[in-house]
Amino acid sequence: MSNVPEELRYAKTHEWVRQEDDGTLVMGITDHAQELLGDLVYVELPEVGRTVQAREELAVVESVKAAADVYGPVTGEVVGINESLVESPELINRDPYGEGWMVRLKPESAEEFANLLDAAAYSALAESEED
Amino acid sequence: MSQRTALYPWHVSIGAKMVDFAGWEMPLHYGSQLDEHHCVRRAAGMFDVSHMTVLDLSGARVHAFLRYLLANDVALLEGPGRALYSCMLNEAGGILDDLIIYSLSESKYRLVSNAATRSKVVAWIARQGEPFAVEVAERTDVALVAVQGPLARQAVLRVLDRDLQVLTSSLASFQAAWKRETLVARTGYTGEDGFEIMIPRERALDLVQALRAQDVTPAGLAARDTLRLEAGLNLYGADMDESVTPLESGLGWTVGWQPENRDFIGRKALKAQRVKGERWKRVGLLLQEAGVMRAHQRVLTADGGEGVVTSGGFSPTLKRSIALARVSANTSQQSGTVQIRQRLHPVRLIKPPFVRHGQPCFGAAA
Repeated sequence: MSNVPEELRYAKTHEWVRQEDDGTLVMGITDHAQELLGDLVYVELPEVGRTVQAREELAVVESVKAAADVYGPVTGEVVGINESLVESPELINRDPYGEGWMVRLKPESAEEFANLLDAAAYSALAESEED
Repeated sequence: MSQRTALYPWHVSIGAKMVDFAGWEMPLHYGSQLDEHHCVRRAAGMFDVSHMTVLDLSGARVHAFLRYLLANDVALLEGPGRALYSCMLNEAGGILDDLIIYSLSESKYRLVSNAATRSKVVAWIARQGEPFAVEVAERTDVALVAVQGPLARQAVLRVLDRDLQVLTSSLASFQAAWKRETLVARTGYTGEDGFEIMIPRERALDLVQALRAQDVTPAGLAARDTLRLEAGLNLYGADMDESVTPLESGLGWTVGWQPENRDFIGRKALKAQRVKGERWKRVGLLLQEAGVMRAHQRVLTADGGEGVVTSGGFSPTLKRSIALARVSANTSQQSGTVQIRQRLHPVRLIKPPFVRHGQPCFGAAA
């Protein structure tokens, strides 16, 4: 059973999102996703300043055995990226919701965030996909 | 319905992530494939490879049969207790499988081949062996545990029964010893020193628990793949298959051309290819930037040669992406590009292996 923090929101494509006090959103991939991928060895992050549509490919994570696309959970602008992941992609495995955060976004609207899955809905989704 | 080895309950009990491999439920890893890989390079790890095919071949003419069946020559084996790595070819010189053959006595040999090719190989050997009146016994009662790493030898010696321990302590590479139903061979698939132990199924659990008490780390198929890739060892089904010959797969050295009067299946086709020229050759690739190469990606050499990645991945020891690739036989370049998703990335072509004794070792590509 993977860890699904109550206070976060989630996309069906296994990204988590946290709303910060300043209105920006911080995102990464979930514990369920990092477990499926295995040891991560490479992360391709977007450029700061880039805009992304909801559900558009935003980043790529590569484990030893597979590459996976990471999608924008909402429409917005990339205002920050976690540079530590370049040297230490394993931070995503170790601490997917903390030190393994990937991108900070300035969302275009507040609506899309509200439409993301809550912890209960995401847990149900993750469980249905588990072996 | 998936098959399970004798160690299945043990894998599950120690937290293995199980996956399907060739119809068997096998441990992919026990938590971190990177940690398991490093354990094998620095200390000792153990792999359950009981899913592999173990065949005992016996009969008065088994020696003659094997000299006909295999591309390498069992006449090179100096006597019982010696082993040989060989390809088994079809009439077109294409590779049916790669395997290790052990001489047990003048009239008995053991053959260990891949799990994925089991039914094909068993059927082929039964058919080819018939005119030689060879008896084939599929040893599903035998479990196979590979213990690999610089500390593997001392760990294995400590857990063996006294008699077998004495015999095993004097084994050199590609030699085997046995006592009653347990056979120990100094062979492996990781590029490290180590032993592969064949033991009755019902004793496999005791063996792995004794090894664990000697600090040997359980390692799964994921680590097995990164280790063999670093060691430049082919994986059947990825780096070679029936569509290519040993000459095109970096295994020309395993073909026993001498003596010239030894006929073996595929000899004629190989000889013709040697005259006409191979279509492909095998090279190693080192990605010159961050990223991961994967099977089926396109390779372009600096002189316009084309190719494909056959096995790609990440080298935990080198901390960069490495791959084995099949490229045009006549390319002489040391550099090229590989296409990952939509972009071309620079690669260096080298002659495998990538790692030896835990250290990088690259030579110029052949």
